[in-house]
Amino acid sequence: MRLRDISITAWIGMIGIALALICAVFAPLIAPYGETEVVGGVWQEADAQFFFGLDNLGRDILSRLIYGARTTLFVALAATVISFSLGILLSFIAAVSGGVIDTVFSRFNDLMMSIPTLIFALVVLAVLPQHLVVLILVMAILDSTRVYRLGRAVALDVAVMEFVEAARLRGEGTTWIIFREILPNTLSPLLAEFGLRFAFSILFLSTLSFLGLGIQPPTADWGGMVKENKDGIIFGISAALVPGSAIAALAVCVNLVVDWLLKRTSSLKGGRGDA
Amino acid sequence: MSNSTETESLPGQRLRERFPLLALLIERMLLSVLLLFAVSVLIFGGVEALPGDFASTYLGQSATPQAVANIRAELGLDRPLVTRYFEWLGGAVQGDFGTSWASRNSVSEQVGNRLGNSLFLAGFAAVIAVPLAVGLGMLSVHFRDRLPDKIINVISLAAISLPEFFIGYLLILYFAVNFGIATFPATVFEGMGLLERIKAIALPTATLVLVVLAHMMRMTRAAILSVMSSAYMETAELKGLSAWRAIVKHAAPNALAPIINVVALNLAYLVVGVVVVEVVFVYPGMGQYMVDAVTVRDMPVVQACGLIFAAVYIFLNMLADILAIVANPRLRHPR
Repeated sequence: MRLRDISITAWIGMIGIALALICAVFAPLIAPYGETEVVGGVWQEADAQFFFGLDNLGRDILSRLIYGARTTLFVALAATVISFSLGILLSFIAAVSGGVIDTVFSRFNDLMMSIPTLIFALVVLAVLPQHLVVLILVMAILDSTRVYRLGRAVALDVAVMEFVEAARLRGEGTTWIIFREILPNTLSPLLAEFGLRFAFSILFLSTLSFLGLGIQPPTADWGGMVKENKDGIIFGISAALVPGSAIAALAVCVNLVVDWLLKRTSSLKGGRGDA
Repeated sequence: MSNSTETESLPGQRLRERFPLLALLIERMLLSVLLLFAVSVLIFGGVEALPGDFASTYLGQSATPQAVANIRAELGLDRPLVTRYFEWLGGAVQGDFGTSWASRNSVSEQVGNRLGNSLFLAGFAAVIAVPLAVGLGMLSVHFRDRLPDKIINVISLAAISLPEFFIGYLLILYFAVNFGIATFPATVFEGMGLLERIKAIALPTATLVLVVLAHMMRMTRAAILSVMSSAYMETAELKGLSAWRAIVKHAAPNALAPIINVVALNLAYLVVGVVVVEVVFVYPGMGQYMVDAVTVRDMPVVQACGLIFAAVYIFLNMLADILAIVANPRLRHPR
């Protein structure tokens, strides 16, 4: 495919994501001040020196935003990758094996999905120790139920094709069929789903941090920054809205790319329409 | 989901022959009850199986083994898991969720007060959001691929990406702080007049509406579009019906089942959205109660709230299925 086939909206999305990634990777080089460095008065107004002003403890919001990109992107990405690997692997095993394995996996998945994700996360996080790894795993496992559902549907479509049958008759094992036959043929819709899950992870992590159950202070993270600065709103101080817009902008960017990917996938399949 | 009652007894079979619809609905309801039971096992048993001892968390780092044992005995944690589970479930069915570890108050009393508040907020938001979303979805299909559709599409894509708390604080900053035409925080208390109450929850309602509106509208649009691409719609167009008439007379009845599904799913989503919105607006509902309890690891409260939220969610999903079965005769005869 050629570069000019990419729509403008997709370009905007990709530029936005790239910007966030650059901030995340080179945070110590880009950020003008330290992550937890107190540089002035509480909720000082924005001026030439402090681009977005200072936060509830007098830390530079721009610097924390840049460092926050690091935490937010890393946790969201890690959770998405794990949830994806888990969901895809289990769903493909279920689709290829069929029978009892499929039924057990799918019913358990239905059970997990019958509790709203946020509620489930709250219940589990109330018990587990507050730790970054725990947070990532909880997010990943809860999200993998959604991946499982899509993965199974997509894999079932492919699993009945002749070439899979041929591979079976050839005597290939389940692992071969999953990774060499089904995975390459389902990559396109799964890629779009990955983007969707990533956007969801960013929002979910921000929500958890906002509720005080995600990433713990003083580490900067966008949802947590909203929580720290929310009391300023009543006095008309918009410090909490800056990280909030960052979350929104990043999620919009990811969604723009996903939208374009989905359209491309559906036109590849002979245009099944917008549905 | 319909393969769950293979071992139906004789009266069940007879019922199915005489009233197929009724039997299907009863089957679906039984499935929900079963699901709710499984969820309760998950919420209680699964949580107990996770690492992390409440008693030592409760007492902090400096707990002596004796103190830990005392507190475990006091909270009843030293008894077998299965016994405690059935006691908890038995109480929960009768509306008794035990006492909070943090405040030593009855959980049911608190839940009773707050559940009404939460349902009022979510219900009020739903009353506004549902007609608006379905209307906009139809409008968007009518102007498909033209300017109004594109504008609606871009705005709804943006709205889906906005976190609830961002919308909430944005509204607070503009309407409560800058213009002063709305109230914050959204305090409600008993004996408050209906009009005052609605005024107090204006901003939280607006937030919730904005959160679910985009989702619901996009899904409505997709549901109608998939109907629009069917052969009978082409026929309607070819025989010269106007676009609007084709949508209202031919597409809408067939799109009814998917739209009902969309609405119910989003109402379920609303139930979750309530959690964040309540925290933002300091609204005395279930969501805030649960988040506070999670922060201090007050397990009886967390489990009670978790079970109630899950029950509402499961109930709404069941409602979606039932309405879809009633609205679409084809679903009554699963292959």
